[in-house]
Formats: sequence, C-alpha cells, structure tokens
Amino acid sequence: MAQHSLRDRVAIVAMGCTRFAEHFDVSAEQLAVDVVGETLDGAGMTTDQVDAFWLGTYISGISGMALARPLKVQGKPITRVENMCATGSEALRAAVYAVASGAVDVAMAVGVEKLKDTGYAGLLSPKIQDDGTRVNTSAPANFSFLAPAYKQRYDVSSETFRDAMTHVAWKNHANGALNPRAQFRKAVDKETIARAPVVAGDLGVFDCSGVADGAAAAIVVRAEDAYKYTDTPLFVKALSLVTGSGSGIADEEYDFTTFDEVVSCARTAYEQAGITDPCGQLALAEVHDCFTPTEIVLMEDLGFSKRGEAWSDVLAGKYDRDGDLPVNPDGGLKSFGHPVGASGLRMLFECWLQLRGEAGDRQLDTDGRTMALTQNLGGAPGDCVCFIAIVGTSVSSQSTE
Amino acid sequence: MAGIVRYSSYVPEFRLERGDIAAALGQKAKGARTVAAYDQDTTTLAVEAALSFAPSCRTANSLWFATTAPAYVDKVNATAIHAALQLRSDIAAVDLGTSVRGGATALAAAARDGGLAVLADTRGGHVGGADERGGGDASAAFLFGDDDVAAELVATASVTAEFLDRWRDRSDSGSSVWEERFGEERYLELLEQLLAQLCARGVNPTSVSRFAVASPNGRAVRSANKLLSGWTQTQAADARGLDVLGNVGAAQPGLLLADLLDSADEGDTLLLVSLADGADAIVLRATAKLNAAKSRTLREQLDGGTSISYAQYLVWKGRVQGERPRRPDPDRPSAPYSWRNRDYKLALRGGRCRSCGAVAYPVPAVCHKCREKSFETVSAIGQRARVVTTTVDHLAFSPSPPLVSAVVSFEAGGRIQCELTDVRSAPLVGDEVVPTFRRGATVDGIHNYIWKARPVVADQERGAQ
Repeated sequence: MAQHSLRDRVAIVAMGCTRFAEHFDVSAEQLAVDVVGETLDGAGMTTDQVDAFWLGTYISGISGMALARPLKVQGKPITRVENMCATGSEALRAAVYAVASGAVDVAMAVGVEKLKDTGYAGLLSPKIQDDGTRVNTSAPANFSFLAPAYKQRYDVSSETFRDAMTHVAWKNHANGALNPRAQFRKAVDKETIARAPVVAGDLGVFDCSGVADGAAAAIVVRAEDAYKYTDTPLFVKALSLVTGSGSGIADEEYDFTTFDEVVSCARTAYEQAGITDPCGQLALAEVHDCFTPTEIVLMEDLGFSKRGEAWSDVLAGKYDRDGDLPVNPDGGLKSFGHPVGASGLRMLFECWLQLRGEAGDRQLDTDGRTMALTQNLGGAPGDCVCFIAIVGTSVSSQSTE
Repeated sequence: MAGIVRYSSYVPEFRLERGDIAAALGQKAKGARTVAAYDQDTTTLAVEAALSFAPSCRTANSLWFATTAPAYVDKVNATAIHAALQLRSDIAAVDLGTSVRGGATALAAAARDGGLAVLADTRGGHVGGADERGGGDASAAFLFGDDDVAAELVATASVTAEFLDRWRDRSDSGSSVWEERFGEERYLELLEQLLAQLCARGVNPTSVSRFAVASPNGRAVRSANKLLSGWTQTQAADARGLDVLGNVGAAQPGLLLADLLDSADEGDTLLLVSLADGADAIVLRATAKLNAAKSRTLREQLDGGTSISYAQYLVWKGRVQGERPRRPDPDRPSAPYSWRNRDYKLALRGGRCRSCGAVAYPVPAVCHKCREKSFETVSAIGQRARVVTTTVDHLAFSPSPPLVSAVVSFEAGGRIQCELTDVRSAPLVGDEVVPTFRRGATVDGIHNYIWKARPVVADQERGAQ
C-alpha cells in the first residue's frame, strides 16, 4: 500500500477563468457555459471531444446535471464533486486520475460557484441536521483562532503580528490591482487595512477573502498527447490530498499554529514532484489565503519559512511579487475573490499564465524556475482538507514512471 | 433526621439600575435589580443553582421545579434540569405550575421525600413599571435527605385562602395588583393562622433565631416582619426582603432561605414564611454540618456584576427586536439527534479511551489517538478549563452579538469548542473558565439548551465538587 506519483503522465492543455466578481447579472449556468467555451477555444476543441467532465461546486448545484444541463452535453459521464473550499481542486484531481488510468483520453475539470444569490454576508455552508451543539462560528472566526495561538507560541506582539497580517493583505491587493480578472482591482494602503472594521478576533474586513461568483476550468490529456493541442502545455508533477479527521479540537497536542493536514500534504507533493528546496525550485506559489493569518501559517507549513519565522519573512517582502518566492501574484483569494468551487482551478490558472509567460502586467521573472504550486484548503484549523498540485513546463529528465 | 443536605443560590452576572427603567417614564428610582443573561431562562438558572453540588443531587428522590416563567408550556421543564444535573432516571421530575406560591410548595414537597427543590424565576412587568423595577432574576436549589443533614426540618405549616391580590392573564406582559392594603390585611390574617399551626406543632416562638418573609406584596412583607419580630423576639434577617436582588417571584423564598442558611451557625433555628395566595412556613435547625454544606453565599454573589442598559435589557427580554444580522437564522435542533446525543448535549459527558486514556467530547465512535472503540464516561461539569484559543465573532448569528467562542481544555483532559458567555472583555489564551448551562437560539419554539463556558468568578468555585 502506497501512494504513487503520477509525475509527468498527465498534461494540462487548456485553461479558462471568468472574472471573479459580484455577478448579480450572471447565473451559475452562464458562468459554466462561458468558462467551458473559453477553455475549449484555447485548445481548438468542442465539448464532443471531451470524454468526461468533473464539476466542482460547493453550494451552486447538485449532481453532474448541474453542468450537463447548461452545456446541453449528451451521453457523457459528468460528476459533481465537493470537498469544501478545495472543491475545484477535487474536480481537477478526478479528471487527472481518469486520464492517467487510461479510462478516457480527454477530461475536463470545471469549477463554478454562485455565492452572491444568498443575500447574506460571508460564506454559507450546506445545512446538515444536528443537535445544536456545534458552535456556529463564521469562517473568519474559525481561522482567527490561529492568531492568538501563534502570537502566544512564538512570543510575537499583537502589533507585529498585525503588521504581518496587513502586509499579506496589502501585497495581495497590490497584486490583484494588476489582474483584470480579479474581484478587487485596487491597491489598498496599509493604514486602511489595519484600521478596517473588525469581523472576528483580530481579523478586519481586509483580512478576509472576497466573496465572489466565478468559474475556472482545465482540460487534461495524456502527456504524450499534449502537443497535439498546444505548444506550451503544463505537466502535472504532483497531486496530493489530505483529509483531516477533525481531531484538532480534541487533540491536546494540536495548538492552532499550524495545519497538520497541509504539512503532510506538502511532504507527499514534494516527494512526488522531486522538490527538495521549494523556495529555490518553485517559480511561484498560489496558496489558500482565505484570511491573512492563514497565509502566514501556510508559509511555514509549506516549508517556505522556518517555524515561527513566517511573520518576519512576510514583513521582509520574501513573498512579494519581487521577492524570493512570489506568493499569490494574481491577488489570491483576498483580492481575486473566492467563489469556492472555482478557487482551486483559479490558482492553477495563474500558474498556467505565469509559467507560459502570459500574465501580462503582472508577469513574474521566473528566473529559470519551471514549476509552480497551488495549495487549496477547506474547513478550519484542526479540521480541514488540503490539496496541493505542482505543475511544470517540461517533462522532468529523471522521470521514469 | 430529615432536612436540607446541600443548598445553593445563584445570582446572574448582570445588573440594571432601577433609575434607568424609571427614567423611561420620566421618574426616579433607587438601587439595581439582577438580570439573567440573554442566554439564560428559568430552566438554565435552575441548573446553575444546583451545579455546585450536582454530584450530591444523585441521591434526590424527586425533583420539584418552581417558576412563574416556564420556558415551555405543555412540555415539562424539569426534565431538562434533571438531564443536566444527571439525576437518577427512576424519580419524578415535576413543574409546579406558574404561580408565585410554587416556590414554597417545592420546598415542602422536596422536604417530604428527600427530593431536590429548584426555584428559579425571571421577573419583569409592564415596561417602566413597578414590577419591572422591583423584580429580579435568580435561583436557588435545596437537596433534602436523611444523611449528612445540614439543617434539620423542625416543622412546616400551610393555610390557603382565595382572594385577588396579584394576577396575570396569559396574554398580558405584566401582572395586575389590587390595592396593596387589601392583600396586606388578608396575609396578616393568614399569618396568624400559620403561627398558630406552628405553635400546635411544638415550635417555640422565642427559639427562632432568624426569620425571613417572602411575598409579592411588599406591604405584607413589612407588616409580617413587624408581627414576627414580636412573635419571635428577634429581628428579620433582611427587613427589606433582599431588595438588593429584586423580588424573584417563585424563587423569592429560596433566595431568602439560602441567605438565612448562609449566615446561620450550628443550633440556630430558622423560620421562612411565604405569603402568596395563602401562607406557608418552614422551620429548620442548623446542625454541625451546615458549614460544609455551604456553597458560594448569596451576598458574595451580589458583589460586583456587570451593568447593562435598559435598552439592552429590553432586547434581551424580547420586548423590543434588535437588528438582525445579514446571516441566515440557525436551524432548529433535530429531536432524534438531540436525544441520541443527550449525554453530551445536556450533561456534557464524554469518553476516556480505555486503551490510551485520551478524552473526547462527546463519546466518539473511534478514539482520535489510538482508534480503539472502548470508553469510560467522563463528565466535564464541575471541571475547570483553560482557554486554548479564542475569538470574538461579529459575523455569526447570536441572539446577543458578538458571539464569543473558544477552544477550552479541561483539567481532567479533553477539549471542546464552545461559546463563552458572561464575558466582560475579549478573553485571553490561558483564562480559566467553567461550564455553564445556557439556552442557545430558539427556532420554531424549540429552545436549544447547550453548555457554554463562563469565566471563573471566585475562589469559592475552586473544587466546589
């Protein structure tokens, strides 16, 4: 029993992404049609050439018919998948496995979310009957648990940690300002961020990701078929998913300064991709910055920063667009917005653009680095799922699988 | 020898200046009244009163709950109290109607069969009026039994008469009263008959060391105090009838009795009189075991407290509706789910893994540490816990935003995430808290009873178990 790397066996040959925004005038169905059309056009394909679809959506549709109906696709296998905020990544994972298994030649992963039809603030969860003992804290409150625990463990003052949180929001807003698809295309000064109205714990409005509608999609094929569709495919180097058992609350060893699921997920992903020095080997990382303390902690969990040092690396600009390892150059969940089912694929879309030199105003100097990472998280500290993908522009020479 | 084995009073954290209420009508008033928190009702107040001696309550042969403000009608409220206190299943748990007299009745009934009497009330009235100003919210609990008696039962007496002193139609938000002097006259007549009964039962008036009178009729209390001073040749324990608390309706006799016991010494004879649609008396004699039976005293609990505004009071009591958050209302709890999980939901029980010792709440199917499937029951009630991490949530639904939540770690192992309540300021990592029984949101008329945690308020709570 073991997990095996699929390194370089599957390639991404086309991707699409809608603008993420409060699309009050666009339905979830229309978002799906738009993103599928854009993606197919990129590879010169039609839906007929796609053998199977996976739809990731958290609360905007039930069953694969939520995609078949708007596309009017007949006679194809379409499955809806859900894994909280990692839902979009789950669609990609299924599509890649289908191609790698040989079951299909061409598979498409589509992530769609329509959050702005509820009229409520923040994110809603599907209703599951219970006995009323679960505390109904909001997502920002759950993630705000990180801040007091982190400050206490590493003896970081509230002012300094606030500065680090502010830097994350400031960076991601500045990045999003350069991104025509982002929900918030506006730089925000640090004082505005730090003095914003409080949402939960230490988190102000600018510490929270944008609630948006949007869709993103990818077409995957066997690596050997990739160049039939594009001269610049991306090869899947690693796909790793870790589903937590939710024992973080009960487990006295868990101290709310880390995501154990992310640590083990990253270990597997790096092993699959042959990464030993993430900061040196990755051109960029798209991580799940649902709230600013999350991004700080993720820098440690992903091995980018040493334990207890992420706050200072953040403040030193290590993860800025011109830093050692650019993190969330597209603006992240913070300013690109977070339509749950689409976000995992949106992260991958930025890798698609950056590694292929198509990121326009925000194009990074990748300095010869050809791999990028997406990290997608769902749940709450101590009770979450984590997905990591690593993609690259070329087939690795030592790849023998 | 039968009598009271354990007892305790409970005073909620919040206070409202009577002057703030009176000001709504352009009037003036002195002092403050007690106010139950937004997440407390008479059921949760009752549990809180008995919580400090919950393990002893398992000897109770019956449960008698008195209140004028039951959370449910049709459905018995004492059953939730019974579940939270983990009382034996082979006893009756009874609500005593909705009259002020129920408090004295609960004491008399529990005294007869070694039962537990819980008296809890939340008293309001017409907006700005005398009852709203003069009322209070509080509770008291008394465990009767034959062993380790702290106060022996010397005698009880009752008389009954039908007349209109105070009444309320179910549709009315406040009570009506006849001219107070009419009721005062009737109660003094009844008191004479009551004292004659006590004499007939061998009570020597001058043996009474301390007495107290409970009644919704303030003039009757003052006149009865005068009459009893003559009868006993001693003074009322508190001539103003716990004015510092506010009149707590059906719980008033309980709070007066707790106050009598709090300051009594071995050998003292205590007389409690209740004047409410009749007259009831109970006479007790303190034993050498009284000191060991004492919990945190009523007077200690009256110190401090957190002041709230009259507007906050009206929102908490549902008299005016606050702005609703842009968040969905919570779902109603599922009855089958709640029943299956009753050991955790109502009694805060979890399991300690028989293999590795890890504690989890509720009892899990599989141990989170070693994946074994065998557990012994543990209860978090009465344990202290420390805040591991915490947040103040301005987005989540709460009947009184913001919602304060924390992950807390119990001294005997195990952690839960729960709401924090009665907090004056944002809690800190490491703060000490104790479990407290509260009411969550009410949806479709279903009160979601849950355990929260509140700050430890006094050293007396240390090792109360």
